[in-house]
Amino acid sequence: MKKALGLFKATVSSLVVASAVILSHTAFAADKFVAVTAIVEHPALDAVHKGLVDELAKLGFKSGVNLKIQHQTAQGDIPTTVQIANKFIGSEPDVIVGISTPSAQAIVAKAPKSQAVVFTAVTDPIAAKLVSNLKKPGGNVTGTSDMSPIAKHLELIKQAKPDTKKVGVIFNPGEANSVSLIEMLEKEAPALGLEIVKAGANNSGAVLSSARSLVGKADVIYVPTDNTIVSAFEAVVKVGIDGQIPVFAADTDSVKRGAAAALGFNYYDVGRQTGQIVAKILNGANPGDIAVEYPTILELFVNPASAAKMGLVLPASLISSAKEVIK
Amino acid sequence: MSLIAFLGAIELGFIYGLVALGIFISFRILDFPDLTVDGSFPMGAAISAALIVAGYNPFLSTFIAILGGCLAGFVTAWLNVKLKILHLLASILTMIALYSINLRIMGRPNVALITEETVLTPFSNLAEYLGVSNYMLMPVVFFAFAVVVKFLLDWFLGSEIGLAMRATGSNSKMARANGIYDGKMILLGMAMANGLVAFAGAIFAQSQGSADVTMGVGVIVIGLASVIGGEALLSPKSIAKATLACILGSILYWLAVSLALNADFIGLEAQDLKLVTAILVALALVLPGSKFSKMFRRGAKS
Repeated sequence: MKKALGLFKATVSSLVVASAVILSHTAFAADKFVAVTAIVEHPALDAVHKGLVDELAKLGFKSGVNLKIQHQTAQGDIPTTVQIANKFIGSEPDVIVGISTPSAQAIVAKAPKSQAVVFTAVTDPIAAKLVSNLKKPGGNVTGTSDMSPIAKHLELIKQAKPDTKKVGVIFNPGEANSVSLIEMLEKEAPALGLEIVKAGANNSGAVLSSARSLVGKADVIYVPTDNTIVSAFEAVVKVGIDGQIPVFAADTDSVKRGAAAALGFNYYDVGRQTGQIVAKILNGANPGDIAVEYPTILELFVNPASAAKMGLVLPASLISSAKEVIK
Repeated sequence: MSLIAFLGAIELGFIYGLVALGIFISFRILDFPDLTVDGSFPMGAAISAALIVAGYNPFLSTFIAILGGCLAGFVTAWLNVKLKILHLLASILTMIALYSINLRIMGRPNVALITEETVLTPFSNLAEYLGVSNYMLMPVVFFAFAVVVKFLLDWFLGSEIGLAMRATGSNSKMARANGIYDGKMILLGMAMANGLVAFAGAIFAQSQGSADVTMGVGVIVIGLASVIGGEALLSPKSIAKATLACILGSILYWLAVSLALNADFIGLEAQDLKLVTAILVALALVLPGSKFSKMFRRGAKS
């Protein structure tokens, strides 16, 4: 028993010594220090990070020059988000940025009131209890939401295919952000005379069968900014072509992958918007005084060729008003 | 590594130590490969979070969460014992069913607890009263949870029922021949194991400020790494030492994660986290026991 405990002590102490070595290396001459974490590596979340870093550089906070940026992802593990939060809080950066709901929640739960926290890519910051007031958050937390302009998306569908009655929506019921979007959709749809038909897919492997379940039940398929479904977007497009159901997306990147049209923001711009908030805090603003922001730049992308394959001729007016027409 | 990160790793080590103790019961005592834990961990979080948000007492909520976990384990065991479904498949069936059930329990994929009163609130208040930081007191609180559970489990496994359960796991035919109801032992043991895991899930959710339906992914992997890692460190011969090994194994795992998070200075980046964690756990197991040096001396033979 004693020997075994000694062995364990040796193991722990070797880990502690190693960490002390690491600590001595992290001493770094930089004016400002921003720590960024995301739940998982993902094209949209990585784009947010890139936009954030680029915007900070544009505003005079250059990474490696007068700004130290630390970046960690939890590789999909919720408990690891907690350990990353602990690590960041312990190193006392000027601002901690949490990308995605679980990462932001872990930081807000663990951070002392003196630590500035900025969240981003969180769809519903109130439901996630990150802030209690969007206009005037108070306290030490503010950020940007990635809530889609749902009403505008439904209007786009009406415009592209005026006889639409039933909108099929594929989403992951396990994603908090998607469930908030579905609630919004169901609230907004009746005003436009639309009905929402839901189909769930718990992982990217289930997207194909979920999309197929909508054939015959929906006039169009709408894919929200759902990480799981967007990962397998091609499966939805395939069903759209086979079943002659036009597919619309919430993010413009998906139009290149075969969606008929999307009126959306891109996550790089969300990251830049977040960068502006972080810069304000680095310049001395109080997070509690900065209102939570929503994406402001909306762009229309259309893909007439793909729409035709799904049996839909896009109106010429729609194509001419698009920012980008995918050939 | 900062003190906060170090103590945070210890805290997670004790919470996941409870998971390791649960997996020890199913995996080692009953010889039952149980994947139910990937569902019962978020189930504990889901039940406690849903009840706390609905205004119930956090201690009562946590207790009901434990009962929920027990029920989940019981269902797995029942599928195996009564319906004769292979143990591994029985646990997979319960695990996948629990994903939907957990979504139903919470009514949404993520329930935030950041502003709610939890079982940890009295301890936070105590920390404030004593004038120490929260992050310094919490590892002590979770140490107390883990130690109480460890000694209760030690006591139970030395009792008459506990011995019968161990006999069932070692040789169920022999146990039955000696008048032990082996089926009942599996039902009881699996309920206990998953009750413990649900308890860990409940206090984890309250500690990190939210319950999320995806938080169960990989719990079995971390738990098994803790149980087996702890065994490799202590080579336990008694129950008391085996349960201690579970908790120490879990702390070792989370220290390795924490250290991997701090390895960015040598050019490792965010995406290398899991690789570095795996290498660190492997090194921690091999290096201190001098098996490593022996390996070099004896060459390929060992």
